[in-house]
Amino acid sequence: MMTAFWSELSSFLALDFVKRALIVGALVSLCAALLGVSLVLKRYAMIGDGLSHVGFAVLAVAAGLGVTEWQLYISIPVMILAAFLLLRLNENSGVKGDAAIGVIATLALAIGYIVTYRAGTNVDLANFMFGNIFTIRHADAVGSIIVAVAVLLLFVLFYHKLFAVTFDETFARASGVPVGWYNTLLAVLTAVTIVLGMRMMGTLLISALIVFPALSAMRLCRSFRGVVITAAAFSLFCFFTGAVTAHLLNFPAGSTVVAVNGILFVICSVISLFRRRGK
Amino acid sequence: MALIGCHDLNLSYEGKTVVEHLTMEVNAGDYLCIVGENGSGKSTLMKALLGLKKPTAGHIWFGQGLTRAGIGYMPQQSTLGQDFPATVQEVVRSGLRGSPFRPFFTKAEKARLQHSLEVLEIEHLARRPFHALSGGQQQRVLLARAMCATDRVLLLDEPVAGLDPTITAQIYPLIDKLHQSGITILMISHVIPAAMKYATHILHLNREPVFFGTAAEYAKCPVGRRFLEGGNG
Repeated sequence: MMTAFWSELSSFLALDFVKRALIVGALVSLCAALLGVSLVLKRYAMIGDGLSHVGFAVLAVAAGLGVTEWQLYISIPVMILAAFLLLRLNENSGVKGDAAIGVIATLALAIGYIVTYRAGTNVDLANFMFGNIFTIRHADAVGSIIVAVAVLLLFVLFYHKLFAVTFDETFARASGVPVGWYNTLLAVLTAVTIVLGMRMMGTLLISALIVFPALSAMRLCRSFRGVVITAAAFSLFCFFTGAVTAHLLNFPAGSTVVAVNGILFVICSVISLFRRRGK
Repeated sequence: MALIGCHDLNLSYEGKTVVEHLTMEVNAGDYLCIVGENGSGKSTLMKALLGLKKPTAGHIWFGQGLTRAGIGYMPQQSTLGQDFPATVQEVVRSGLRGSPFRPFFTKAEKARLQHSLEVLEIEHLARRPFHALSGGQQQRVLLARAMCATDRVLLLDEPVAGLDPTITAQIYPLIDKLHQSGITILMISHVIPAAMKYATHILHLNREPVFFGTAAEYAKCPVGRRFLEGGNG
């Protein structure tokens, strides 16, 4: 039984497209988790959600125009533009900005669906929304590695500034930190991470990779550094566990990764509840 | 030449003029307390001094080689840091002006961090989560953060707002200790007796500067006497 499991697993892992999917998936999970800590703490999580809906529209329009192979190159500039827009909206005071993001997200979804509807049956809507881990091509793999390196470098080099900007924007601004620049950088990297992850995870599920690891880590850790490291580790763990489980049980991979993230979040919440009781 | 000054400064908040024709100078070693009713433009003035707000007329200047980046700032007690995972050390450290592109701090910066923690007597809290501290302890942490940013000028916005009297009584001597060590203090305060006890200079704002001079003169002049008798204005 166990040997059958391991031989099944190793033959699965030996496949080229599986390796590629796992590399890209791991890198996207790592980036999403790191960016997610700042986004969640800055109350920017909605930007990730809005962006993923815009991503759906971009994929749909690209498919409708019959330029599927160009999706990656069309998505990146459009999503970066959308990130700028959503960031401005989010900064422009509370409720209105929040509602505006909702409006843009649903509008993008509607336009995307109109295009796919008219384009007919050769567009796989389920793949856009819930992802297909094995549609990852060589170009995605290269792009993911570049972006992942950029995100990791950003985190290590600007770690202290990012903390300052995330913890207290006014103080950071008063200290001469170019806060707007850091916010823009955060939004742009998030946009690119979402572009790389959305075909794997699905446009409706990708924002889970941003939010869940940060929330789970925040249940357990009391320092910022602890949260960053734990979120990254959780995200990687959930991705691999989810991907392997999905293969063994024949589940859709993206959804399974999100489900594993959800289970981990519940476990962390219970632990934190008991800890608080124990005090 | 003075350390910080403004000349015929006009400031507006949401389109309304809240400060008009303000001219003043703060010298190194001064302890200036800015008083006035709510909405008299105190906080807007502080924002302008920090460069977070552009004057609608007039200008702010810095002397003796001081730059805006050489000012340490402590914001009003707010909802800052609620639910935010951060230790005291991480918060205080964020006041350091390390250059970007450098993930590690220098020896001098680490010494500075240690000094700030010592001066504000919060070394023992360094590893505690910030959000779990009491209001008074949080104020000390934010003061320490401001101290990491400067050894010349501190801008304090209502450092004791929302704190109970016992803790208020502890925070003022701490600020005085910083002043005694040679740091110039600019502070907005509602607590007039404490302001009068420690401040060397008073700026009374009510859109226009009603009074600007030493604390001793303020206690004697009619406007000051009226304000002081009125309790907390």
